[in-house]
Amino acid sequence: MVNLIWVMMAVIGIVFAAANGTMDEVNKAVFESAKEAVTISIGMVSILVFWLGLMAIAERAGLLDKAARLFMPLVRRLFPEVPPGHPALGYIVSNMVANMFGLGNAATPMGIKAMEQLKKLNGGRDEASRSMVTFLAMNTSGITLIPATVISIRMTYGSAAPGEIIGTTIVASTISTIGAVLIDRYYYWKRMRKGRKP
Amino acid sequence: MAIVQLLSVWLIPALIAFILLYGTAKKVPTYEAFVEGGKEGIEIAFSLIPYLVGMLVSVAIFRASGALDAMMEVIKPLADAIGLPAEVVPLAALRTLSGTAALGMTTDLIATYGPDSFIGRLASTIQGSTETTLYVLTVYFGAVGVKKMGDALKVGILADILSFIVSVFIVLFVFGR
Repeated sequence: MVNLIWVMMAVIGIVFAAANGTMDEVNKAVFESAKEAVTISIGMVSILVFWLGLMAIAERAGLLDKAARLFMPLVRRLFPEVPPGHPALGYIVSNMVANMFGLGNAATPMGIKAMEQLKKLNGGRDEASRSMVTFLAMNTSGITLIPATVISIRMTYGSAAPGEIIGTTIVASTISTIGAVLIDRYYYWKRMRKGRKP
Repeated sequence: MAIVQLLSVWLIPALIAFILLYGTAKKVPTYEAFVEGGKEGIEIAFSLIPYLVGMLVSVAIFRASGALDAMMEVIKPLADAIGLPAEVVPLAALRTLSGTAALGMTTDLIATYGPDSFIGRLASTIQGSTETTLYVLTVYFGAVGVKKMGDALKVGILADILSFIVSVFIVLFVFGR
């Protein structure tokens, strides 16, 4: 899907330029944007190094585990099918906290571990259980605290206040995560109702 | 909405001070841990280069040729009718499919309209506030061999649409147009 969109944007652009006589602009855009992409990536080094360095301290000090314990009661309610104390809950919480702090690399292995445990709970079947759908829904909307890459792009383009979107990002991602859980509950309720009918 | 703006200014410095003090109290070799963790940041930034070059060039061709403007003319009346800014509609669609592709689109919007414009702030918020549904579905279900996804895709995409609408509202509310 992404492959197709990527190719289509370039090809449609070139055909459009041929028809409208904007080929000069296209030529310029190719080289300028490639250069720009590299500049942005290099610009990200500063923030990513600082942020991931700071998070390494937090992790070694046991702060991420602490945060995980804080969210445990909430997660237990969201996954009523998972028995209390089950390892799946621990992985789900760690995945959530890692995502929250923008540690995508740490979040993915935790998420996969959580899925493995949920699959075991589901008797190893190859269909998604209720808990799996809930976990996915929460993950795709994901609460974000510090959108580090976005801040670095804003810095590169000379924003007067690169961090000013932190507040809106937190509010938007929190509301949409709550929404995602509600949507998930609604579909669960629909499945149940259908299941009861003969 | 002064609180949301205040939060933006205070959150990072407060977090830095807290983590450094907490790490020191727990006897973590703070500086060494920082350097070790920071190295990962270099890898991530460099590994993003090919994704960004690919996506930005493709978007730039589409924009420079005039095709994007032509597409906007079509989308605009529709988007205006429901009160959404047409400029970010392509970003919202791409965000569900690929995080790095969306990052390229966000960069293009910030570069074109300016980081402190309404579109720039909105693109920043959209980029930051959702995860890539298709990526999460593929990686997580793929890794454990779950083939029947049930309602997961439907729920994920609906959540993305919701997240987009919420972003528009909150940015309008906090910063105005």
